[in-house]
Amino acid sequence: MSDAKSYDTYNTAAAPLRFHQETEHHPENGTLLGFWLYLMSDCLIFACLFAVYGVLGRSYAGGPTGAEIFELPLVALNTSLLLLSSITYGFAMLEMQRNRVNGTLVWLAVTGLLGAGFIGIELYEFGNLIAEGNGPQRSAFLSSFFTLVGTHGLHVSCGIIWLITLMVQVKRKGLIGPNKRRLWCLSMFWHFLDVVWIGVFSFVYLMGVLP
Amino acid sequence: MSAHTDVHAAHDGHDHHHDPHDEHHDDGIGHVSLKGYMIGFVLAVLLTAVPFALVMSGGLKDSGTTALVILGFAAVQIVVHMVYFLHMNAKSEGGWNMLALIFTAVLVLITLSGSIWVMYHLNHNMMPALMDPRNLP
Repeated sequence: MSDAKSYDTYNTAAAPLRFHQETEHHPENGTLLGFWLYLMSDCLIFACLFAVYGVLGRSYAGGPTGAEIFELPLVALNTSLLLLSSITYGFAMLEMQRNRVNGTLVWLAVTGLLGAGFIGIELYEFGNLIAEGNGPQRSAFLSSFFTLVGTHGLHVSCGIIWLITLMVQVKRKGLIGPNKRRLWCLSMFWHFLDVVWIGVFSFVYLMGVLP
Repeated sequence: MSAHTDVHAAHDGHDHHHDPHDEHHDDGIGHVSLKGYMIGFVLAVLLTAVPFALVMSGGLKDSGTTALVILGFAAVQIVVHMVYFLHMNAKSEGGWNMLALIFTAVLVLITLSGSIWVMYHLNHNMMPALMDPRNLP
């Protein structure tokens, strides 16, 4: 938006600028594109971590293999939590589109709780692994596993903090233009993390337990 | 009034877009629908459940085939999420979204396949005659 506005400033120096501000047709253009570029660069980080896991994922150093330590029922539960949180965020966006503050807040809260559940289960899994002596220092496989899955978990945790911040902002200021733009950005972030998780559960967990 | 047309002309030139202003966002990233989310969710659940069921039931005997099926389902599900949850299409943001996505996808492919390919052949390509301690000075 700011981009389009400054462009107009140069071209219509004589024109009254408030004219463009009155018509809020472009609440998100520049920001959303910029945020998308950030997500793409984040995607490259994950690509590097996936590549590391792809290279080191079978270097067990005499330690446990994926088939021995991965608990697929737990992963399935985690996956469903994240998938559900995606659709509940979608419901929040639908409520936002109808300008209903309370509905948006309720669905955002549900999304945050599902995300917190995901993080909780992941920490439980990590805790179990480390307690059994299968921490990141055990083998190259476990180092790359903890780095990849941990980075994703860190992203989800940041997403939850962002989500709580936005809930406070929506509660205080209502569904004003800037808040809608922020909700759009978080929407992209949240769904992007779900996309990364598809790669994690397919490439790491499901393929890891194959004989 | 001349200011009005000026602003709009500048904007249209900027976006390469000739739609009436009000419809500008309905075809782009600024509109979501319950139908889209539900289609995406049902597809995503199916595409997640099938590979999980396949692996947990020990369905296919051959690991290589199973791995290919898993990766295939993952690729389709990623596209489903992109289209129905991230609302990707060739038109949003004047096509720059899609361009950035394609560029990233190419880089990701090079990173993944290149790393795995190079590292897989690493031991063969390390010139074992030189690495042998007996040949070192």
